[in-house]
Amino acid sequence: MSDSSKTVKKDPSQETVAPSDDPTAAPVTVVDPRLLIREEGLKGYLTEFKRKVKGGELGSLPVFVGLIVIWTIFQLQNDRFLSADNLSNISYYLSATGMLAIGLVFVLLLGEIDLSVGSVSGLASTLFAVFVVDHGVNSWLALLLTVVTGIGIGALHGWFFARIGVPAFVVTLAGFLGWNGLMLWLLGESGTINIPDEGPVHLFGQSSFFMDQAVIGAYLLAGLGVASMLAGSLIEQRRRRAAGVPFRPTSEIALRVGALAVATFVAAYVLNSSAGVSNALVIFLASLVIVDFVLRRTPYGRKIFAVGGGIEAARRAGINVSMIRITVFAIAGGFAAVGGMFFAGQTQSATLNAGGGNTLMLAIAAAVIGGTSLFGGRGTVWSALLGMLVIQSIQTGLDLLNMNTSIQYMITGAVLLGAVVIDSVSRRSQKAAGRA
Amino acid sequence: MVHVSATPVLALRGVSKRFGAVQALTEVELEVHAGEVVALVGDNGAGKSTLVKTIAGVHPIDEGVIEWDGKPVSINKPHDAQGLGVATVYQDLALCDNLDVVGNLYLGRELLHRGVIDEVTMEKNARELLSTLSIRIPSVRIPIASLSGGQRQVVAIARALIGDPKIVILDEPTAALGVEQTAQVLDLVERLRERDLGVILISHNMADVKAVADTVAVLRLGKNNGSFPVKDTTHEEIIAAITGATDNAVTRRAGRTTEAAK
Repeated sequence: MSDSSKTVKKDPSQETVAPSDDPTAAPVTVVDPRLLIREEGLKGYLTEFKRKVKGGELGSLPVFVGLIVIWTIFQLQNDRFLSADNLSNISYYLSATGMLAIGLVFVLLLGEIDLSVGSVSGLASTLFAVFVVDHGVNSWLALLLTVVTGIGIGALHGWFFARIGVPAFVVTLAGFLGWNGLMLWLLGESGTINIPDEGPVHLFGQSSFFMDQAVIGAYLLAGLGVASMLAGSLIEQRRRRAAGVPFRPTSEIALRVGALAVATFVAAYVLNSSAGVSNALVIFLASLVIVDFVLRRTPYGRKIFAVGGGIEAARRAGINVSMIRITVFAIAGGFAAVGGMFFAGQTQSATLNAGGGNTLMLAIAAAVIGGTSLFGGRGTVWSALLGMLVIQSIQTGLDLLNMNTSIQYMITGAVLLGAVVIDSVSRRSQKAAGRA
Repeated sequence: MVHVSATPVLALRGVSKRFGAVQALTEVELEVHAGEVVALVGDNGAGKSTLVKTIAGVHPIDEGVIEWDGKPVSINKPHDAQGLGVATVYQDLALCDNLDVVGNLYLGRELLHRGVIDEVTMEKNARELLSTLSIRIPSVRIPIASLSGGQRQVVAIARALIGDPKIVILDEPTAALGVEQTAQVLDLVERLRERDLGVILISHNMADVKAVADTVAVLRLGKNNGSFPVKDTTHEEIIAAITGATDNAVTRRAGRTTEAAK
């Protein structure tokens, strides 16, 4: 055993996380003393955290470091950067690309890549405009049709990948070009279709706020999030305690819920000092909660992780790998279409450059910076939010400093490269530490 | 140690299997009783893997009969074998590195609680299963990637037990393991026997075979070449059966002298 030399000896009787709390907990089983067991209490978390970082399990650490660095730099350059209005702007604009990033997290969990999400989002906004403006379709029905089209496009990519065996990279690269071409063809000579500011376009727009900017709205959301996390953790604790398996001690739950409470209520306060919580952000956050639940708590989500972790193992366990691949690409296409609707809401139009430029790169960078591995099987959907916070901060900051597109592209490219380097290096040190 | 029940759980009667021009198995007989460890040994290409795959349903048999609890059954798909209660642990363990021990144990057959994965019950059952097997793992919530080769092997075997099988087939479970880890796996094999499971153990390592098996079934060139009770058989006799060295001048002379003595 090569890694036994650097492991720390711990009391082998501490297999349950909180044996003192509960004398009826499962009988302490014999544990190989060379293996790492977490100590109790705060100190245990600290040593565990240090060991994880050394072992390359960075999790969300790069995000927090990155955010602090970026916010400091931009604040020094322009003191309006950390103003409530600007932060509110960041929170609004991050949701559109964030939607693409949610879809990408699914694909990245399989260890694949979808290069078409930007083009699909652009096509979606154009399709919606064509439905509503040219054909007079009801805007909600048009939204539904658009999202279904996105899902269909994604499923088509998935089908070529899973059934025909074309590498996902190539299929979606073809999609990247092809769907962008279709969008340009639909837009035709005019190049822009203006969409009336009503229905979903208004909902996703900049002037649509949760509970019509009522101050209570933001706090209600924050309270709801904190309360549901608290309730969920306590119910989980009770069930685990009853079943006699290790559970989180109450102190840890308090710490986690407390941290979330501080973060959400500060965010609510800041957004309230500007205009309120935009509905786009609310929809983005709600999507995150739902998707997180699907990925972590349903058999379908478990299958995605299994396929990302080992295709052969998944297949032997009776998982239909092709079905998982096709549905995952379909989900990515669906979220790309929703993201495209958000873009349409931002400008109330379908334009030639919707979903173009660096949109795709930003979405990929967001997912990877947030901690979802490009190598598959590791990550959470919250990386879409965390990564977008970083990315959108950079975007908004550069806009604030009136940087050229040329500079913006170069910086975005560097950030994406940096994120992937962190991912690769952390994966390598995870391998060295026997964790990958 | 061996309490041989009247009818074997699994019996192969005159099983033959052909691949094109190659006769992989010729009229092979094999019996596995509940609570018995049958070591299946043989040289490379002797047909061990093919035999195991016929039982596991990967390769349907051409001729012969497979009996389950004394009744003939047909095993045409892996699913049939699983349905009967045959669990196979292949040499490449096929575990998902990124999932934790519980996730791997229940992969593809997660327990649900109101449509949601029931982590608590799964974890409870997993801990109970692992502790009855005396499997030593730091935590059932640790990803497979952080386990040693031996620990992965025992997790893979434990996973085979989740579906309550009657026969467990282990394909070279100790091939890639160190001394201590091999000991752990062999302990586990004994515990499977204590649970009244029939175990078919493929191994190249005679020491392992002698340590845990009750019966050694030797295959040579796709045919039975003897079945020995481990207690009364020497290492050399088994090796001789594997290599086909039983038929030589020495054995023939020995045979004549015993005949003459009568």
